[in-house]
Amino acid sequence: MTWDWSVAWDFLPQLLDGLLITLEATALGSVLSFTLGLVWAAALRSPTRLVRWPVAGVVEFVRNTPLLVQLFFFYYVLPDWGLQFSALATGVIALGLHYSTYTAEVYRAGIDAVPHGQWEAAVALSMSRPRTWFAVILPQAIRRVVPALGNYVIAMLKDSPLLALIGVVDMLQEARAEGASSFQYIEPYTMVGIAFIVIAYPASLLLRALERRLGH
Amino acid sequence: MTPGLWEHWLLPGIWITVQLTVYGALFAGVVAFALGLARTSRLRIVRFLAACYVEIFRGTSALVLMFWLFFVMPLAFRIALLPMWAAVLALGLTYGAYGSEIVRGAIGAVAPAQREAAVALSFTPWQRLRRVVLPQAVPEMIPPFTNLLIELLKATSLVSAVSVADITFAAQLSRLATGESLQIYGIVLVLYFVLAFLLTRLMRLLERRAKASLGQLPPPRTPLTRRLSATREARRATDLTAPGGAR
Repeated sequence: MTWDWSVAWDFLPQLLDGLLITLEATALGSVLSFTLGLVWAAALRSPTRLVRWPVAGVVEFVRNTPLLVQLFFFYYVLPDWGLQFSALATGVIALGLHYSTYTAEVYRAGIDAVPHGQWEAAVALSMSRPRTWFAVILPQAIRRVVPALGNYVIAMLKDSPLLALIGVVDMLQEARAEGASSFQYIEPYTMVGIAFIVIAYPASLLLRALERRLGH
Repeated sequence: MTPGLWEHWLLPGIWITVQLTVYGALFAGVVAFALGLARTSRLRIVRFLAACYVEIFRGTSALVLMFWLFFVMPLAFRIALLPMWAAVLALGLTYGAYGSEIVRGAIGAVAPAQREAAVALSFTPWQRLRRVVLPQAVPEMIPPFTNLLIELLKATSLVSAVSVADITFAAQLSRLATGESLQIYGIVLVLYFVLAFLLTRLMRLLERRAKASLGQLPPPRTPLTRRLSATREARRATDLTAPGGAR
């Protein structure tokens, strides 16, 4: 084991550049997955089977197939259909879509946990359906699921290095580039690994605190 | 897609993916049980070390760990693993850490009176674990383990990055050879879905048998693949990533 601090020091700027991209991908992916997940959750509660079944099928399919293959699918197939995205945008779409199938379940749990009386009260007050959703149900449902959603943000953070495999210059890709150009593998890869722990551990501590405060 | 690609890459690729899943799951199972039991140990230091392990390996990314084992281990420790074993090691170490939480949870959920009864009957600690605690805890572990197993199956696709010739690797080669991205990746996605479906059914059978041996009813019929009870899913998310410690 020969740890060379000068190599580590030289790699630090690249690591920080990569970190920025990693965080960007995670943040954008989270926003997309939160939005899409809510759409799936609402569609799965639709009164007609014509909506429910196809959505359930798609959600199930996406959830049970690897993110990496989906990533390649989007990266290589979308341009054939005339949709040109940057690698980062493709990565964000894949990440967001994949995790939306998980957040859909989380939302469903949250919506199911809203007491039935709330729906009935909304009907009794002759609220419209959108108003029932946005003013009564969702504010109560989302409050309950914030910690669970947060956990998927951490999961997404840990899956974001997959984007390196389609050429997004995140932390892992910076380490690979450094290894390829200078044959220094030990320091870059170790630093990237540690960086993930350093971000994920406090984040999960924070979520636990949040969970306790929201009274679960 | 030409038949040659099927014969030489995709079919062997399926076999490699199955092997990776099985070996990874076995290794992860050993790690999960060892750590899960260590975290219920009476010794503080054992609990602490196990908790450290879990935090470290749940904190980092499986792909980064795989690259680390593949590139750094040979340089730093002069241990060069075959890509296949580096991959199995990375998957097992990561998913074992997740699984240990399931083991710990299920053991903790066994009624304390059961343990006390075993103590009253002067069972040795080993007998207590083997005859009383585990037979009741294991059936409870199976549904969350099913979910984890599917996650493991999905994670085996990462090994293509360290050039193990699994399904995903075969897909990349086929794409380079033919350029039919849509067809190839479509087929590969379906292949993974079928594997996941078969795995779920297999685990369902196991669960049925385990529950029957306890005199419990089999689980209700459920949709295509994993049962994702909404509440359990939310809980699972919490259990998987929330740090351990006092619970």
